[in-house]
Amino acid sequence: MMAWLLQLVAWLENSAIAENVRENDVLFPTIESVHVLAICLVVGSILIVDLRLLGLASIRRPTGSVLNSVLPLTWSAFAIAVTSGGFMFISNATKYLNNDFFICKLGLIALAGLNMAAFHVLSVRDLPAWENSEKPPLKARLAGAVSILLWIAVVTCGRWIGFTMEVR
Amino acid sequence: MNLVALNSLAKWLASTPASQAIQTSSWLIPTIQTIHILCVATVLTSAVIVDLRICALFDRKTPLEQVARRFLPWIWPVLLLLLLTGSLLVLAEPHRSLQNTTFILKMALLVFAVAITGFLQTSIKYWDQSKLRKIAMRFAAGCSILIWCAIVFAGRWIAYTEAG
Repeated sequence: MMAWLLQLVAWLENSAIAENVRENDVLFPTIESVHVLAICLVVGSILIVDLRLLGLASIRRPTGSVLNSVLPLTWSAFAIAVTSGGFMFISNATKYLNNDFFICKLGLIALAGLNMAAFHVLSVRDLPAWENSEKPPLKARLAGAVSILLWIAVVTCGRWIGFTMEVR
Repeated sequence: MNLVALNSLAKWLASTPASQAIQTSSWLIPTIQTIHILCVATVLTSAVIVDLRICALFDRKTPLEQVARRFLPWIWPVLLLLLLTGSLLVLAEPHRSLQNTTFILKMALLVFAVAITGFLQTSIKYWDQSKLRKIAMRFAAGCSILIWCAIVFAGRWIAYTEAG
């Protein structure tokens, strides 16, 4: 499985698209800019949800309606972040895979996904029971706090990749 | 200011003990940049959400005034934090920014973004009064989205347009 995955990555890194991103002076910074823009929207919009879960913002608004209004923006931005990040990754896949901050970043995003899944299983089920309270139950507040910390760590790792890896 | 004066200003800034301290630390610049990006995330998302709502592309069920009241006030204190972290980054590497056209462009765009955001915040309560006002607000909101995005682009491009 691992070997097969590495082969796929090597094939992608040798593709014409990857070479273009790697060699073109304008393409890489442009993709990077799109990536930063998308990450900012992902983190900013998730922060809105997390602050609501912690009972620190939008407290007079039902949690469910905060979720429904913000999450489409989060997911659209996340799709753009993954796509732009994917192009950056294949342009220098071997170097990224050898970078500890990159690996950490992927792990932290996975943890953020798990935290979200746990929130859905444990808290969204009985959302109607607590969504109007200014201060959600502990399980929901915990999910919000963990999410904020994880996304701050994701951004931190992302920035450190730039200081620990030469892309050219 | 002429370029020679700018150069000596940058040189002087870079020689100050505060600048030296940030430059020689291995972790301060990335950390300040990380805080800067997190603040950008907050300001950008707040501004874009209100802009999208003005253009009827976000949360149409909630009145615009409510969306604006919820998100716009966050922008100003976080913007101060952005100016603070940004100033520290300029202090740390003055040549990289002050003598960089992209940085100057970013600051010019920022002035526009602040002006438009201030305009939107003060005129939102009158937005329903006439068709013309509505169109003007939508135009301003569209410009605001483009300018904030351009600011993020310029921020990233500073690293690619360094002088010497």
